Amino acid sequence: MSAGIDLDNVVCDFGSFRAVDHVNVSIQPGEFFSFLGPSGCGKTTILRMISGFIEPTGGVIRIGGKDVRGQRPNQRPTALIFQNLALFPLMPIWENIAFGLEVRGVNKATRRKRAEELLALVDLPGAADKMVSQLSGGQKQRVAIARALAVEPSVMLLDEPLSALDLKLRQHMRAELRAIQKRTGVTFIYITHDQGEALAMSDRVGVMSQGRLQQVSNPRDIYNNPVNGFVASFVGENNVLTGPVAAPTGGFAVMETPHGRFRARIADGVSGQGVKLFVRPEHMRFSDSPTAENSTPVTVTEVAFEGNFISVHAQSDSGMTFLSELRNDGSAPIPAVGTRLHVSFDPAVAAILPDASIARG
Amino acid sequence: MHDMFKRYGTGLTTMILLVTAFWILILLILPNLTMFESSFRPYLPVTEVGGPRDVYSFANYGRILGAHTDLSVLGITFEVPVRVKVFILTIYYSAVVTLITFALAYPLAYYLAKIVSPKSLPTLFLLLFVPLWVSEILRSFAWFIILAFKGPLNVALMSLGIIDSEIRWIAGFSPVIIGLVYTYVLFMLFPLYNSMQSLDSNQIEAAEDLGSPWWRTHWRVILPHAKPGIASGAVMVFMLSAGSLLVPSLLGSTTSGWFTQTIQGVMLEEADWNTGAAFAFLLLIVCTLFVSLMMRVFGVRLSDIAK
Amino acid sequence: MHKTRDLLGHVYMTAFLIYLLVPLLVMGGAAFNDSKLPTIVPWVGFTDRWFIDLWNDTRVWIAFRNTILVALGVVALAVPIGTAGAILINSISGRWRATLYGLMVAPILIPGVVIGISTLLFWNNFNVGAGLHLSVLGQVSYIASFVMLLVLARLQSFDAGLEEAALDLGASHSQVMRRILLPHLYPAIGAGAAIAFFQSIENFNVTLFTRGGQDTLTVYVFSKVRSGITPTINALALLLILFTLGLAIWWELTRRRKARIEAARAAEARRAEEAMA
Ligand SMILES: Nc1ncnc2c1ncn2[C@@H]1O[C@H](COP(=O)(O)OP(=O)(O)OP(=O)(O)O)[C@@H](O)[C@H]1O
Ligand SMILES: [Mg+2]
Repeated sequence: MSAGIDLDNVVCDFGSFRAVDHVNVSIQPGEFFSFLGPSGCGKTTILRMISGFIEPTGGVIRIGGKDVRGQRPNQRPTALIFQNLALFPLMPIWENIAFGLEVRGVNKATRRKRAEELLALVDLPGAADKMVSQLSGGQKQRVAIARALAVEPSVMLLDEPLSALDLKLRQHMRAELRAIQKRTGVTFIYITHDQGEALAMSDRVGVMSQGRLQQVSNPRDIYNNPVNGFVASFVGENNVLTGPVAAPTGGFAVMETPHGRFRARIADGVSGQGVKLFVRPEHMRFSDSPTAENSTPVTVTEVAFEGNFISVHAQSDSGMTFLSELRNDGSAPIPAVGTRLHVSFDPAVAAILPDASIARG
Repeated sequence: MHDMFKRYGTGLTTMILLVTAFWILILLILPNLTMFESSFRPYLPVTEVGGPRDVYSFANYGRILGAHTDLSVLGITFEVPVRVKVFILTIYYSAVVTLITFALAYPLAYYLAKIVSPKSLPTLFLLLFVPLWVSEILRSFAWFIILAFKGPLNVALMSLGIIDSEIRWIAGFSPVIIGLVYTYVLFMLFPLYNSMQSLDSNQIEAAEDLGSPWWRTHWRVILPHAKPGIASGAVMVFMLSAGSLLVPSLLGSTTSGWFTQTIQGVMLEEADWNTGAAFAFLLLIVCTLFVSLMMRVFGVRLSDIAK
Repeated sequence: MHKTRDLLGHVYMTAFLIYLLVPLLVMGGAAFNDSKLPTIVPWVGFTDRWFIDLWNDTRVWIAFRNTILVALGVVALAVPIGTAGAILINSISGRWRATLYGLMVAPILIPGVVIGISTLLFWNNFNVGAGLHLSVLGQVSYIASFVMLLVLARLQSFDAGLEEAALDLGASHSQVMRRILLPHLYPAIGAGAAIAFFQSIENFNVTLFTRGGQDTLTVYVFSKVRSGITPTINALALLLILFTLGLAIWWELTRRRKARIEAARAAEARRAEEAMA
């Protein structure tokens, strides 16, 4: 029923511009996989290659193990949910949903029945005879999903389907989409530039930048163990330090910065210039006296109450502003503005990372 | 082209291309080329077509220089060929018609675009559209009735005491101009309205606020903005007037020849298709020149004019 | 300060409407005047005999039949041709597009006399003589431009994503055309058909040169006006005006009804939106 997808060294050029650059990834059958990246990084292009609207310039795409090069969109077992949904405005909802069956010559009674079933599945009963213009944004979303499901695709391709919705509805639809995916067992390939969305919904996430896949891993790993500076800074916030790095020992290395010496994890083969030290705000600790390592004296300059956490800006004597997020559960005292403190972090939660892998041309 | 095959498939794309080619080639380009070619060939009996006398020449174009007559310009009288005179007067009076329609339509377009309340616009437009739905021949026919010697206009003027005895309206070019203006004024109004309507009213108010008198506001702000509309309206009205055959035939008299009537005479009465082709080609040239002139003067493109 | 200007505007507008509409009323009114000549002065008396004369005039009926036949032929050809042209223009770009577009709109500006003569001469080469079939071809060559412009305008509001969505759901190219693109274009195609029909009915110049002795209503009216007219022409004119006006009003009412339905749907969508929030 559901199929896996392999992208094997896939390249896509528009003229001299390389939109997708040697992308390799194997997506498992039944997986919820997200491509995450900033606008223009080539996400839509990947999706359009999988669905057959664009032929890759190089590389192989396999769906369910079969090379699909040369197959037209209407011959592939994929269903695309468009960035703008692309519902047919002149057809009632049920005809929209049953369109894929109609073009396959299914008779009307069966089509109608199937449309009703799918409407129930996406939690929109009784909308069959309405027109698209009568529905709210969230309802249209569900219709688009139902329409894609109607052709019983092995793979669903979703191009930022929630981007047009307001925040609250978006949160709600996340859970909904995830539930529908689990219920149907279809492979979902989901595209978004919203890291929260990708991390919350996906089994695995592929982070992209400038046409290149930077990291493929589960959400936890992406957040906790980014492989490079791009992934670290695109997903979540960081305090970033720069400076020369001493030779690593036992997976750790020391960075000399104008703000002090800091020790952090470092991967094999990473060294020299162009590396940065990343540490998340929630890992920054305050203390009255310096700790054994990784600490520097600061003055608290700003305290902002954000609800579930409190964000604290503190400036070091050398002029660097550190950001710290403290949980609002009383586990740590909240410093007052102007207080002199020391800020520190555990070397195990900080990482020295190279820059993003960039195009080789 | 490649995109199109991908978008519509081979079969459909081929069909679309064939249908369009039929239109452009068979209905447009080839007939006009044929006309162009025929215009250089002599008018011969069927048996001699293709014979030794069937050679290319400018003779047909020369036939415009037939019988002579007098033409006065600024008090100076020239002797010119009749057909040349008709040709020149057709162009001249078409330009006059264009100017009159512009003078009539400009205030109205401004009124519709900037003064009248938007609520009454649909009704006004419905009323303005009524004559457009009535065919050209009926509109000229209406004036034929009105301008008749014992017709409503003379009766009305006399009962109002404005004139003492009937005026013979159907004489000279005046009735033709009246008819052409009436028939084509809306083709000036709508493009003008469209272009003025897209002008931000704040610009007008800003000009007034800066102390500009009304005529200067029109001259410096509104008129320049309405350029594409003026070009489009002028082209439409001029072409329609110069190419009109109905209005001059219905409302004209022996003293008001129109070049289309000359062509009609050559084609249908003398049955000399070759000379007819030559004259038609001259008309086409003038119209093309006029369109190019307008495009140059107003700095607009063909796509601005059509629509 | 704008009072005078506004007042002048209203006065001018009213005068202009009178100028536009009174001639038509005069012409229509003359159809009921019991006078040998078509006029409203002097008013001899009310009569319906011109309508009866019209009904009994076989030439009118033949001309009427010819007109309708030609108009239907023009619609049947100009609509597909104009639509194909618009689709072609809409899916190409660059210099070719500009050239083709120029060629497609130029016929609107070519004098009808030229179109008539060139059509006549061209087909004469193939021994196709004058007749209503040539009138159809001649008229189509420029009326297709109107259809093209209307359909092109509509195409520009079309989301090509819908075609892709349909292809993605497994539709063939012809299914996409039939179920997605053409339904979107129907309003423009319908308007194009109407324009083509009326343009054809009122066409004179092209028809005059290509008709080969056959009458259409316009040619018939023309010949009548030149050779002794009776108010039967006015009766015919009035009927034609009422017919087109009736259609125009029906069109407008349909448009407004559709707009109302759309507004109601949008309102429902807004309510649904609010219910979610
Ligand atoms: N048909 C095309 N021709 C030329 N360049 C293109 C074409 N389609 C996309 N591009 C370019 O390729 C790059 C990637 O585009 P793509 O649509 O895949 O981005 P995306 O990641 O989906 O961005 P967004 O979040 O804005 O949708 C962009 O720089 C875009 O300008
Ligand atoms: Mg995109």
